[in-house]
Amino acid sequence: MPGISRKVALVASVSAVLLATACTGQSSSGAEDDASAETTVTFWHAWSAPAETKAVKALVAGFEKAHPNIHVNVVGNMTDDKINQALRSGGAKAPDVISSFTTNNVGKFCSSGALVDLNPFFEKAGIDPEKTFPKAMNEYTQFEGDRCSVPLLGDAYGLYYNKTAFEKAGITSPPKTWSEFEADAEKLTIPDGDSYKQLGFMPNYHGWETTTEHYLGQFSPTYFDKDGKSTVAGDPAVSAAFTVQKKLVDQLGGYQRLEKYRTTLGDEWGPKHPFHTGQVAMQLDGEWRLGMALDAKPEFEIGVAPLPVPDDQADQYGKGYITGTIAGIAATSKKQNAAWELVKYMTTDTDAVIGFSNAIHNVPSTLAALKSPKLKYDPRFKTFLDIAANPNSTTSPASVNGGVYLATIQEFGYDYESGKAKDLKAGLAAAAKQIDTDIAQAK
Amino acid sequence: MSTITLASKRRRASLRTAAFMSPWLIGFAVFFAYPLISTVYFSFMHYDGFRPPTWNGTKNWTYVFEHYPLFWPALRNTLWLVLVMVTLRVAFGLGIGLLITKIKTGAGVFRTLFYLPYLAPPVAATMAFAFLLNPGTGPVNSILESVGIPAPGWFNDPSWSKPALTLLALWGIGDLMVIFMAALLDVPREQYEAAELDGASAWQRFRFVTLPTISPIVMFAVVTGVIQTMQYYAQPLIAGKVASGVIQGAGTQFQPGYPDKSTLTLPQLVYNLGFQRFDYGSACVVALVLFALSMVFTAFLMRRRGGLIQAGD
Repeated sequence: MPGISRKVALVASVSAVLLATACTGQSSSGAEDDASAETTVTFWHAWSAPAETKAVKALVAGFEKAHPNIHVNVVGNMTDDKINQALRSGGAKAPDVISSFTTNNVGKFCSSGALVDLNPFFEKAGIDPEKTFPKAMNEYTQFEGDRCSVPLLGDAYGLYYNKTAFEKAGITSPPKTWSEFEADAEKLTIPDGDSYKQLGFMPNYHGWETTTEHYLGQFSPTYFDKDGKSTVAGDPAVSAAFTVQKKLVDQLGGYQRLEKYRTTLGDEWGPKHPFHTGQVAMQLDGEWRLGMALDAKPEFEIGVAPLPVPDDQADQYGKGYITGTIAGIAATSKKQNAAWELVKYMTTDTDAVIGFSNAIHNVPSTLAALKSPKLKYDPRFKTFLDIAANPNSTTSPASVNGGVYLATIQEFGYDYESGKAKDLKAGLAAAAKQIDTDIAQAK
Repeated sequence: MSTITLASKRRRASLRTAAFMSPWLIGFAVFFAYPLISTVYFSFMHYDGFRPPTWNGTKNWTYVFEHYPLFWPALRNTLWLVLVMVTLRVAFGLGIGLLITKIKTGAGVFRTLFYLPYLAPPVAATMAFAFLLNPGTGPVNSILESVGIPAPGWFNDPSWSKPALTLLALWGIGDLMVIFMAALLDVPREQYEAAELDGASAWQRFRFVTLPTISPIVMFAVVTGVIQTMQYYAQPLIAGKVASGVIQGAGTQFQPGYPDKSTLTLPQLVYNLGFQRFDYGSACVVALVLFALSMVFTAFLMRRRGGLIQAGD
């Protein structure tokens, strides 16, 4: 038995040593490669639809034409899990440049050094990010002064409305404030027994894009103070947003009735989306909805406008919530200067950004591209370009543990809208405490 | 000399034994011991997957048990599923097995009918169930309402979501049915005849002849059922996703558990903590809780099995 114990101890010790040595922390390797030399960089992205991958190829082809010495190995359809794994492990096949559809991980990528800080690259190239990218996009691509990512096209959220239903209800223009919105949503709602013939607006947080952060975007919340502590408990913008949503829920039939109606509606990404079918007259959604709705050939005219603002912020009408795709350079890359050339081209070259935006119908991510006459779009798409360029537009800031704080706020939202939680102040205080605890755990 | 020879023989025998055992030992070390030791190690470390792990004491354990809001709901759900779903699956599998072994004609057709659902991929089966049980558009509720039975909210109602998952698990009972059928056909006929001669009722024949004979198979079904339920991940996640209507778009973070955390299970937390929150230390804590629960359930069941056989004897 003592022999066995010694063996067990030996195995445990060896395992512990193996574990300790196997753990692979990353640090920036520095950018010492020669970007003018013949080289190949690997670019991982998440786009997968044929039209999108074709657009990425065209974008990269433009880069290779401008930089004949740098070849790009493009790998598409990469999920965030795969990207995270590659950023951790590195290796010959790992990407030099990555792009991700979510901004949630920027805080982790920056704080851990998984993506390199691009500030020195911007300085060296003489590009001022503040003057290059819209304000909100600047915000979501950095964390605590570390700019480890760059916006690569963006998404802006606005209001889609059924013009035909508006006319029938005697509404002459889209609502500009939440008070007007509440009144219009009620006017547009046509009950049908326990259900609806037409619902003015689906306010529930599970109603596709009507998430807490998208509502909150219209109220300009702060989320965190300068010490990184959650402000959701004391920020009047947060309680105002919750109050507006809850009022809409109660006013339009109550949570249960709305939820039951929601289960009868088509899914978000299919042609039977309730806005396409006319079951819902107003929809909070991103710029991509316009193309999808037009493809569905609805039997009404589609209107597009910015989402309403709080009554006391009427002068800020035109703002919206902004998010988007990000790009960055892997800390494990040995070709960071060459990788930077690719990132710089894709994200700051006005013609490249416009070409890519025209191809995949996302919002361009530079101020110059947003104003460019070369942009091709349906006139209604202009609303989203304006929202993106609006300095009052907002986003949800990067956090060290990704989107956990947003999930916490959202969880409280579910409880509040359903009536499970009745005390808004206490609920927000608990959410703030939870957010701080989660962040402390992640640091 | 003879002592040396004996010792040498013993050493050779030990080496031979070790050589024969080595494939298993290597497998055990690589696929069980190393991951287990790693999990214990990381449960005491702060590790985000990018930077080297640092000692974190018992903070991860405190966080999971005291501050992580999804842990207790997930644990409660997992225990509910272990107690209710596993019990019903074993009982239903045994019942179907008994029924089919008694059928004189058309047994093959019924065997096929009951086995086929088991072959359906879990994700597809769950999605199909979520559509069938959709409270607004699903045919099940339409039928229930047409005959005047109040239609449940199924996957959209926190109090019905786990029963709906149990229904899905019972639908795919084919694996247990086949195992029980094989066991039931192995029970010696003469024991039934002897019991019948002694005047044993059908229940007594089942209780004192069938059950003791197939008890190892029942135990196998229960233990594997418990372990599978501890690893229950895809079905509740997919059911929650489909029912919530939030089919995860690119770039959005999906919070599992819809509706109202009722479909959360512990394996979902391992993913949530490790891959969405980059908190591998806390993910390891949840993994160890799962391991401990599996061990406790298995040990308890093994003890109970002894009692079952004794009672049968």
